[in-house]
Amino acid sequence: MSSPRPLLLLFLALQVFSFGLAAHLVPQFQAWRGSRSTGDIFNVVLGDSRRLFANAFFVKADEYYHSGYYPTMFDDNAAFQTAHMAADTGAVNDQNHGDEHGFLGPPRNWLDAFGRHFFPDRHTHLDAGGPEDDLSGSDNVREILPWLKLSADLDPDNVQTYTVTAYWLRERMNNVPEADAILHEGLRNCPDSYDILFELGRLYYESYRDTSRARNVWELGVRKWLKLDPDTQKDNRLIMEQLTTHLGKLEEEAGNLPQAIDWFEMAKTVSLTPDTIQQQQINRLRWQLYKEFNPLVRPLY
Amino acid sequence: MNNIFAVAGVVLKELYRRKDFYVLFIVTILICLVMASVNIFNDAKIVRYLKEICLLLVWICSLVIAITTTARQIPAERENRTLLPLLAKPLTRPQLILGKFLGCWLACGLALLCFYIFFGALAASREHQWPLLDYFQAAALHWFMLGVVVAMTLLGSLVFAAPSSNNTICFVAVGGILFVGRHLDQVALTLGEPMRSVAYAIFFLIPHLELFDVRDLVIHNWPLISWLYFSLALLYALGYIAVFLTGACLVFRRKAVN
Repeated sequence: MSSPRPLLLLFLALQVFSFGLAAHLVPQFQAWRGSRSTGDIFNVVLGDSRRLFANAFFVKADEYYHSGYYPTMFDDNAAFQTAHMAADTGAVNDQNHGDEHGFLGPPRNWLDAFGRHFFPDRHTHLDAGGPEDDLSGSDNVREILPWLKLSADLDPDNVQTYTVTAYWLRERMNNVPEADAILHEGLRNCPDSYDILFELGRLYYESYRDTSRARNVWELGVRKWLKLDPDTQKDNRLIMEQLTTHLGKLEEEAGNLPQAIDWFEMAKTVSLTPDTIQQQQINRLRWQLYKEFNPLVRPLY
Repeated sequence: MNNIFAVAGVVLKELYRRKDFYVLFIVTILICLVMASVNIFNDAKIVRYLKEICLLLVWICSLVIAITTTARQIPAERENRTLLPLLAKPLTRPQLILGKFLGCWLACGLALLCFYIFFGALAASREHQWPLLDYFQAAALHWFMLGVVVAMTLLGSLVFAAPSSNNTICFVAVGGILFVGRHLDQVALTLGEPMRSVAYAIFFLIPHLELFDVRDLVIHNWPLISWLYFSLALLYALGYIAVFLTGACLVFRRKAVN
């Protein structure tokens, strides 16, 4: 009978080799950006493809916002380029054009005409009452939230998911603590996001009535926006206009009129209609300021 | 008629003796309960996502039950050598086909009843309302759609060699109709001749099963479908059931049974 010693030694050598190789590779693997060993379950299972699913769930939330009335890939979706639930927050560039009410067009044949009785065929928004057109049911907008939450879990770098979720939580659900929490989660994942800072400022200003925190957050948002390169700034002028306009209103309410004028002047530089809204506000504030120093002066008209 | 009901009764008994339905039903319940337990921003009134998941599972399970139950009926009789003794009794071939169809369709109906009662209970637990007529319309349309699928699968079980191939072909056909059936005419417009005419012919020939998918109306609490169009849809389904059953009877008349 042969001795088992060589086999045992070989086994031990292989064990030592395996251990050494693992000890050598594990730190490299963990440092590798493509590693799935860290992160949540979605990252482990789906990898980078989770962003694709995240977008699909974001669109699903918009479909819920329309109570199921939504174009498919075969329909004309020009009026649905930007999710309506995002556009209605007022902080997103709306790129929609075309007829959102009649994307189906006239019936193509008798089967198409007959089939339209079996799926949602009218454009409605949940925050405006949905299919029942009952404005008291506008809190039904809560139904979009599961898909937004799933979308945020799948793609933590998508800023729009946090801002849209927080807006509807705050505006229609009156759930300010949850809106606050989701925005802070967004800030942890996207620390340079001026969009999240804008929404957070709105939350402090409109829900908590905390002007100093709102001012700090919005000013931080402006600083982050100013650090962008000119091309990116050009594409994101709406958010800068919103930030500066809100800062202007905040300073006006606080009685800091020169500061408010400065913010409206800055808003003018990024506004698409600088000579109307912002200029009128600047003129009004200048007149108020002038009146403070010359109380006897009366307007000419 | 008695012969047809006798055959249908045997098929029904087979369904509740087999474990397929129970497994699918329990899996549906478990998935829905797990999804219901998810906390979404501390809001317990959110329900539509749950209704969507539940109805999706009901649709998948019902299609699995309908196709797999129907596809094995006649091949199993042939394999077990019970087809010949069955036809030796005072039972005609069309009666056998009709009995098998009725049994499978009723079995699907029973399964659907259980699924929709669970769905209604799940939705009511959050919405605190029970729109019975909406659920009746959705379940009835769903059941008649399954009637078309059962009749189609029965015809397939006489045409194709094995139940597995019949299963696969039926699943692909039903899936294809449900996903692109409604848009086939739009696809046809993008094609050149003669493919355009072929696509149009297919569009008007296929049973439009997607007509019976009113999940969006139920999920988002849309008003009831007009009863006129509802009845027309049922008639449309009955028409296709008749066509497929006639085809099955014609094929089975010339088929060797041993």
